[in-house]
Amino acid sequence: MARTWAYLSNYLIYSSMAVYTLSFFAHAVETAWAVRITTEDSKKTLDYKRTEKVARIATAMMILGFLLLVAGVVARGISAGRVPWGNMYEFSITGAMAFCGAYLVALRKYDLRWLGLLVSIAVLLTLGTAVAVLYRPSAPLVPALKSTWLVIHVSAAIISGGVFLLANVIAAAYLYLDAMESRGERTAWAKRLPSLEVLDQLSYRLVAFVFPLWTFAVIAGAIWAESAWGRYWGWDPKETWAFITWVAYAAYLHARVTVGWRGRKAAWLCLFAGSTFLFNYVYVNIWGTGKHTYSGL
Amino acid sequence: MSQEIQIPELGSVGLLRYSWRQLTSMRTALILLLMLGVAAIPGSLIPQRTQNPMKVSEYFKNSPDLSRWMDRFSLFDVYGSPWFSAIYILLFISLIGCVLPRTIEHFHAARALPPATPKNLDRMEHHASWTAQGDELDKARAWFKTNRFRILEKDGSISAEKGFSRETGNLFFHLALILVLLGISFSSLFGMRGDAILNVGERFVNTPTSYDSLQYGKLFKENNLSDFSIKIDKFTAKYNVETNAPEDYTLDVTFAQGDLTKFTQRVIKVNSPLKVGNTNIYLQANGYSPVVTVRDSKGNVAMQGPIPFLPQDGNLRSIGAIKVPDADPQIGFVGSFVPTYARSTNNGAISVFPEALDPRLLLSAWIGDLGLDSGVPQSVYRIDTSKMKQVGLKSLKPGETFIYPQGSITFEGYQQWVNLQIVNDPGKNFALLGGIVAILGLLASLFTRRRRIWIRAGKSIEVAGLAKNSAPGLDIEMQKFVTMLKGEN
Ligand code: HEM
Repeated sequence: MARTWAYLSNYLIYSSMAVYTLSFFAHAVETAWAVRITTEDSKKTLDYKRTEKVARIATAMMILGFLLLVAGVVARGISAGRVPWGNMYEFSITGAMAFCGAYLVALRKYDLRWLGLLVSIAVLLTLGTAVAVLYRPSAPLVPALKSTWLVIHVSAAIISGGVFLLANVIAAAYLYLDAMESRGERTAWAKRLPSLEVLDQLSYRLVAFVFPLWTFAVIAGAIWAESAWGRYWGWDPKETWAFITWVAYAAYLHARVTVGWRGRKAAWLCLFAGSTFLFNYVYVNIWGTGKHTYSGL
Repeated sequence: MSQEIQIPELGSVGLLRYSWRQLTSMRTALILLLMLGVAAIPGSLIPQRTQNPMKVSEYFKNSPDLSRWMDRFSLFDVYGSPWFSAIYILLFISLIGCVLPRTIEHFHAARALPPATPKNLDRMEHHASWTAQGDELDKARAWFKTNRFRILEKDGSISAEKGFSRETGNLFFHLALILVLLGISFSSLFGMRGDAILNVGERFVNTPTSYDSLQYGKLFKENNLSDFSIKIDKFTAKYNVETNAPEDYTLDVTFAQGDLTKFTQRVIKVNSPLKVGNTNIYLQANGYSPVVTVRDSKGNVAMQGPIPFLPQDGNLRSIGAIKVPDADPQIGFVGSFVPTYARSTNNGAISVFPEALDPRLLLSAWIGDLGLDSGVPQSVYRIDTSKMKQVGLKSLKPGETFIYPQGSITFEGYQQWVNLQIVNDPGKNFALLGGIVAILGLLASLFTRRRRIWIRAGKSIEVAGLAKNSAPGLDIEMQKFVTMLKGEN
């Protein structure tokens, strides 16, 4: 029975990858075709109508891919009889789900469809690496992971990660557009992207929104560490880098609120803080030593 | 920017005051926090003595000169090093110096009334004016009240302010950080932490000599060790037959506290330590102890008992050392225990499952000087064979005996050992409280907007708003306010 669920999960993940690929192409077509040499009159006359249909398909595919991914993650959990957060393959598929989920939630509130191209390719890369490199058969948890705190701590960490990465993608878009603007005018396809100020605000809001959640994730980790390892803080590499990420984002928030950093400097700082998070995930999980590294990734 | 900077004459008091003010500025606190983040990095890349002493000795073996230099800068003990401590002690002082005065100031400010309405409202960002209808002031007053603004009314104008919880939250957040640091220092002064390796069947009485290693804070008194005893009754490990990974560890113990004759049965698991007041008893590690009997050439027993071996991989291939210092000449056995035996062409004996399904003890026997009197501390799991001579090599099944010229060794069977970690951490609840308050404070300070709204009534109505830290959202609020005043809906 467990096997069947595990196979089902794999099929769902593969299908979601296929659908994300379609979404990626639809976004690409939208971006490419919206370009029309229009009259001088800028943003509003950019021809949305030509690509509106494709754009809708792109977002619909994104939602469908997300649903398939959710189903795949759930099936994986059922197959193992626990939350699907026991090894790096499972973190990756859940992380991709959180990232895409964060995008879809933000999409309801902001005009973010232009980001879909980046989001779909990022999700595809994550899932691709997970399937090709990190895959492990579904199995029960080692004793240290058997705890309610697994659910609390890791879900908080994964959601924070998804939102941090989204903020990072937006900060990167900011820097790219900023460079483009300082060379002259935006090229046609970029004209429909939001203004620099909006991007700047948006990445800040995302960070300000999840920073407390991240703080919570770290504290929940400490509570768990106290019951599993006999100390709540031990400067294990994963803990150390979680702390560094926390400090980096705290610095980012302080720099904005108390020193008044905006724009380019803030975007770089945001990227830096995000990269400490990625470093934690990639480096510490794969090459690091410490209590967070469970055998076989 | 070639301004001459005037440096005032400073007396020693002035200098002190100047340094204090520098130290307690927000900027310094931030820089110190960043420095703490940067200072934490080397410890995550270089092996640390507290976490991985083996790797550290490897470092010393591979590049002794470099290692000695690194050691001089405490790079193998980053988190206990003077420079790391210096940063967080300074941060601690800076935080206190920064937050306490602000708290007092805020306490006063929060009870003061907002400043009177400025003369020129039209200079404000969110400004609007229209012809008066008459009841605007009353409507505004009611609206401010229901929206919990603090108001000052004067000469036909109202000045209203809201959002003090931003600063309050922020102060609580920083105070909470101080609480966390206090909790940590309290634990390191008054706490203790020790390890004891026990074979199944053995009994542990909580006194300093029962520990294999014991560390305690400067102000911890030995007689603060709470009096309890634990007898290890049974250890059960369950493994997954497909992945060989452990699924469950259960430790059954007989426990007595205070009156050491009143026993209760308790269970310790990985995520649920046994709690005795402020002391927690954790199940930290486990492994196998081969039971051996060593005899001399005349057949007298020279040593007998279980010897804990150290696991090397997921299938619990374990290594260890059996030392018989009282024999003449001294005898030592370098051993390797495999719970489920198999042969691999490259590595010799390996274990293919962590449970003891087909155990073997592989021994090489050495005679000579064990080096126990040399004063250099030695691992109990290893033997320095540089001054010894090998006299034999043998793989034993349970019950088998290996006979060599100077005597014999019998592999009687095996037992399991567990590592109990016993921790008294009196500051952890402060740290936890600090953590919780920090999050609440953070939420309050990140999600409140501080703003002022004014209204002045004359022939025309004038309203304006000002958002502190240019927080977004005031435009929408002002729109609502104006619509309400105009009575449009
Ligand atoms: C002070 C204590 C802890 C801190 C600061 C901490 C920090 C973190 C952080 C930042 C992450 C997410 C980032 C990432 O996935 O790369 C994470 C993930 C995780 N933590 Fe913790 N943690 C702590 C304690 C624990 C404990 C006690 C356990 C379990 C016994 C644990 C198990 C995990 C697991 C399974 C993940 C999933 C992702 C991964 O390993 O990459 N953590 N932790």
